Amino acid sequence: MQKKIIKITILLFIVFFLVVFFIGLNKNSNYDTKNLTGQKLTNISLNHFSANKLISEKDLKEKNFTLINFWASWCTPCRDEHPYLLRLKGEKNLKLLGVNFKDNKKNALNFLNDLGNPYDDMASDELGKQSVNFGIYGIPESILVNQELIIIKKFIGPLSKKDFNYIKKKVGQL
Amino acid sequence: MLSNFGNIILFTNIFLGLLIIVYSFRSLRIKNYVINKDIYQLCLLQSTFIIVSFFILITAFIISDFSLVSVYQNSHTLKPLFYKISGSWGNHEGSLLLWVIILTIFSFLFLLLNKDHPKNYRIYTLITQNILIIGFLFFILFNSNPFSVISPIPKEGLGLNPILQDPALAIHPPLLYVGFVGSSIYFSAAIASMLTNYTGKLFAKSIKNWVLISWFFQTVGILAGSIWAYYELGWGGFWFWDPVENASLLPWFVMTALLHSLIVLEKRDMFYFWVIILCILTFILSVTGTFLVRSGILNSVHSFANDPSRGVYILIFLSLLIFTSVFILFRKFKTYNYNLNVNSKETFILVNNWFMIFYLITVLLGTVYPIFTEVLTNNKVSVGPPFYNTVIIPIVVLFLFFMSVGPKVKWIKDKYRNYNNLLRILLLSILINLFILYFFKSYSLISNFIIISSIFLIISSAIDLYKYSKNKNDDASRIVSHISFGFLVLFIGLNYNFSYEKDFNLKIGEKKFFNNYSLEFKDLQLKDFQNYKSIIGEFKINNAKGNLENFLYPEIRIYENPSTLTYEASIRTGLFKDYYITMSNIDRSDYYNIKFQKKPFMMLIWVSVIFVSLGGFMRVFKSAKKNY
Repeated sequence: MQKKIIKITILLFIVFFLVVFFIGLNKNSNYDTKNLTGQKLTNISLNHFSANKLISEKDLKEKNFTLINFWASWCTPCRDEHPYLLRLKGEKNLKLLGVNFKDNKKNALNFLNDLGNPYDDMASDELGKQSVNFGIYGIPESILVNQELIIIKKFIGPLSKKDFNYIKKKVGQL
Repeated sequence: MLSNFGNIILFTNIFLGLLIIVYSFRSLRIKNYVINKDIYQLCLLQSTFIIVSFFILITAFIISDFSLVSVYQNSHTLKPLFYKISGSWGNHEGSLLLWVIILTIFSFLFLLLNKDHPKNYRIYTLITQNILIIGFLFFILFNSNPFSVISPIPKEGLGLNPILQDPALAIHPPLLYVGFVGSSIYFSAAIASMLTNYTGKLFAKSIKNWVLISWFFQTVGILAGSIWAYYELGWGGFWFWDPVENASLLPWFVMTALLHSLIVLEKRDMFYFWVIILCILTFILSVTGTFLVRSGILNSVHSFANDPSRGVYILIFLSLLIFTSVFILFRKFKTYNYNLNVNSKETFILVNNWFMIFYLITVLLGTVYPIFTEVLTNNKVSVGPPFYNTVIIPIVVLFLFFMSVGPKVKWIKDKYRNYNNLLRILLLSILINLFILYFFKSYSLISNFIIISSIFLIISSAIDLYKYSKNKNDDASRIVSHISFGFLVLFIGLNYNFSYEKDFNLKIGEKKFFNNYSLEFKDLQLKDFQNYKSIIGEFKINNAKGNLENFLYPEIRIYENPSTLTYEASIRTGLFKDYYITMSNIDRSDYYNIKFQKKPFMMLIWVSVIFVSLGGFMRVFKSAKKNY
């Protein structure tokens, strides 16, 4: 009897594992960026980088568009896209929100001191947990949303010249 | 054209696999002691064909036959020949073909080299192995065919991901696969052993070398991947607890456990079912690893292949594998009462196995936890180095002490003695640790423990080595592996504590002073290479004393196909420390961002791993001598 219970437990355990894997496989399409465009961002709460407050949906509705940029000082390609962000800084219809990802605050500040700070507002995600809610799985990544918080486009990897032109055109249309 | 050849060969191999299974069952019914020549010939044919198919794929890459999808997606006419060839297994489809090749060749070699074991045991191993081969061939043909064609034929290929164009990475998959897939043979042997009741010492002997060989390749394969990450990814570390890295580590833990408990089975005829479970678990974890990496269920920094339909296939295959083996195990399982003495070698080897299983569970949990939380609670989490470091490091301290004491204990039952000796070694280790602490810098309590325990292992293994040199009645391969493992942990500990990092902006001609060093940005050049352009900086490092002068040349590479920028670190490797510089451009400015790192003992970390694996390799030859 006791043996049977052990055997059944082991089997149930294996089945549980496999079922989770199977569901996980199908769920995975959520991560696909194509599915994310057109969707609405909800339940946003990010820790502010310096002040002790939360950044919420309200903060993303200040201007017609918001570009949420995920970056870190340790990420080399982030340096690559930085000039484009700096050039986007002046756009009057665009708010730039930087999310500092799994980073040390001192290094992050050094990075911005050295290269310039393009962001209108900054959040910090030291554990990388909140960024996952945005479908981020590697940085740099950027998400362009409109005032209704609908994702217009997602940029994986450093922003290129083409992406820069796209954003500039999109934002400048108004 | 090439595609047709390839497909025909793969189909023929499925047919050959079926034929081998049919012949094998027929041979089981005949009561004799030798295996029919037909079976040998079929296996030889099967191996030859699969190798030919691989050469066809390599040829397609060499002549850039873009009618093949895999060539189109992973190659380019301007790529150097070396990377054209390595491109053939650098992608998902090609690497699966490599997987089947190793399955097939190992199957043939096992049949060939185990002539002094019973016929039925060998035949059942062959049958199991061929079921695996057929399963994977189906997967290749219907889901991941390297010989799929594309029409119209493109003029040019997309090129191989530049970060994969690296010598260490070219050899990394084949090495690791010999380890991964090599474990299939003792999986099959374990199944055959249960089916034919061929147990005990003789069974241990028949699989021992295969375990050692796959363990050796697994270790070296992980090392090659780690070296690649250090030189190519430019993160300045050697292990990131990335899911893909973890996937290669999981079977390694079980193999290591198996390696040790196999000694008990061979010498004392104990733990038979434990060994069987480990054999099965190793291969299941290898397939699980393949599943995790290849299905894209985990998002990892370097998972290159994402396709859920592949995942479904591997998952079904994995389920069949697990349920069949568990079913057979349940049918045959018997409990034994071994009467273990606490102070015996058997117990200590069991302790080693517990540690390995602990590491396995920790890493497995950390790797699959994100999948579970997402499926069950819809929460997305990521598990990072802090988790692994906090859970594993304290246990390593304990592990190293057991590792030092265990091998000295005798079989069956030992007396409690040598207390004084151990105490002396411990005191000496603490002294050395204090010395390091006093002369260099302070570090955390746990680092103290790590360094003390690793020195403890080194000293006690060194004593064994000294004894061995006098009368050769100990096991040299064990001593080599253990002492190198001690050094490995020691160097990792020191590396962790004495690494130094500095970030700043410089332009040509400028010089920067920091922490006893000066760094001068001397020159910048633009060079054209065969498949990329490169901006190369020239930097001079001096130390304050003025007895050091080194030049480093970090690069920014611009690849055309596919168009990508990569940052090549320049690393000045020394025996005791590495200097590491990465450089990145700052747009519309003369300044470049420079990241300088001093990494002590990197070289010695690599060398230690090589020696750890060498111990396993030595044992293969030792047991070869013993057997004949």
